[in-house]
Amino acid sequence: MSHDEVLAIRTRPEPPSAQSAVFTLAWRALLKIKHVPFQLFDVIVTPIMFTILFTFIFGGALAGTPREYIQYLLPGIVVQTILFITVYTGVGLNGDIRKGLYDRFRSLPMWQPAPIFGALAGDLIRYSVASTIIIVIGLLLGFRPGGGVIGMIAAVGLVLVFAFSLSWLWIIVGMLVKSPESVMTTSFIFLMPLTFASNIFVNMGTMPPWLQAVVGRNPVTYLANASRGLMHGNASASDVAWVFVASAILVLVASPIAMRLYRKER
Amino acid sequence: MAYAIETAKLVKTFGATRALDGVDLRIRQGSVYGLLGPNGAGKTTTIRVLTTLLRPDSGSATVLGLDVVRDARAVREKVSLTGQYASVDEDLTGLENLVLVGRLLGLPWKSARRRAAELLEAFDLTDAAGRQVVTYSGGMRRRIDIAASLIAIPEILFLDEPTSGLDPRSRNQVWELVRRIAAEGTTVLLTTQYLDEADRLAERLAVIDHGRVIAEGTSAELKASVGSNSLHVRLVTAEQRALAQELTSRVLGDGILPSTEPLEVTARLKSAAQAADVLKALTDRGVEIAQFTVGNPSLDEVFLALTGRPAEEAKP
Repeated sequence: MSHDEVLAIRTRPEPPSAQSAVFTLAWRALLKIKHVPFQLFDVIVTPIMFTILFTFIFGGALAGTPREYIQYLLPGIVVQTILFITVYTGVGLNGDIRKGLYDRFRSLPMWQPAPIFGALAGDLIRYSVASTIIIVIGLLLGFRPGGGVIGMIAAVGLVLVFAFSLSWLWIIVGMLVKSPESVMTTSFIFLMPLTFASNIFVNMGTMPPWLQAVVGRNPVTYLANASRGLMHGNASASDVAWVFVASAILVLVASPIAMRLYRKER
Repeated sequence: MAYAIETAKLVKTFGATRALDGVDLRIRQGSVYGLLGPNGAGKTTTIRVLTTLLRPDSGSATVLGLDVVRDARAVREKVSLTGQYASVDEDLTGLENLVLVGRLLGLPWKSARRRAAELLEAFDLTDAAGRQVVTYSGGMRRRIDIAASLIAIPEILFLDEPTSGLDPRSRNQVWELVRRIAAEGTTVLLTTQYLDEADRLAERLAVIDHGRVIAEGTSAELKASVGSNSLHVRLVTAEQRALAQELTSRVLGDGILPSTEPLEVTARLKSAAQAADVLKALTDRGVEIAQFTVGNPSLDEVFLALTGRPAEEAKP
């Protein structure tokens, strides 16, 4: 084909279906993992350090032996790690908008929210990879979940549901602030208390009553309880139910705001 | 359909800034049209309204007969935009970027890959196809960005400052591309800050300032308003400027152009030969000349002639 035939007007393809556009944009997210694996490395090293440090330094003091403590800690570390990575949804979105990539996406004849759903779909894959790595390390360190493979899959699934819902908050942050760095700082202002004022690391029975009142109302506490329960095969239905309720509230409140901001012009 | 793009009294405000203050444009199909103006004049805002990224506050705009607000989606099916900043994913390779856009336009995987390869070839990027765009030079980025806009050849291609920041060789490559695209029937609307760029590429152009079209026509018509040739004389001392201006206007009759440079006299020439007369008159009276040039009027001079003030002051 001659060069100029390449540039001649031909009939345009039919615009893609919404699913096809989302799928393509999730493919893009996967390519980013392939080309920038450091991003994944970056978010996995901290939890590995946390797991090893907490298990061996505090484990004896907190639970008698490190081996006993890791049975309590590991499901919580999975929760914490995944919730930390959710921030990258907002960071990535902010970078794409700032670089002008969203101008191209928005000038294409596709279902307009596809880039957001594509990013979320790609993130779910990253969350799954990160969870798997942490669980494998836990197993090597002596984590022995009573719920078996099914329990672990169910627990990770539940964490993904909550992470997907929480991501909508960071999408809002990502559209409001100026730079990817500020998405990071702003999000962690919320995320730090959310994860640390929970029972991820220690049972809240030892906390002062006022703190118990806070921790007991934190959805992350329910998520940590539920995923511990699922992994060890003794989950309480109410913990799991509360996680779904909290997730539903997050999505119902945050996603309309996020989509409104997304459609708003920049 | 008479016009590819037609706008009437287009207004867009951002807070207190009137980015567009009643833009009227009529752009014929199958041409290269230039929007010329300094930073902040409203060029990018105009393009963003026409590509449905912004809604106008008032006024109307139609693209290929379709309203940019009511028929936004249909407009998006017929146009492509290459923004001012490379709107490709830097982490992905050149090939992956083009396949991504192809898929998002609705091509099946196989056709998207084939089309991407064709364009990489046509844009001389085949060797770089497997490299991440982050490693590309400025000119290569611009080319991959324009290629992404041509996966499905649009009826109208919008190029926002396609050559800003490029070295002369890359700029020539982009110009050549624009000519080839237009020759195949695509209407091209490009913005630029450089008169010579508009001059080389665009059949017609509009000069935009403070959100308004202040002049419109072929580049020959626009230049005629400033003088087809202009003479710049740079003096050694500012004290001799008044004398130099007087002598110059005596030779030319009229034609002194306002200039912001205290050492400079700028004048409109009817012919290049007049330059010799002016220079002779100046040297006969002992005016010391540091440098002189005869050339096409610059954007600054077009602005001075049209607005009576230099382009730099047009920033909001």
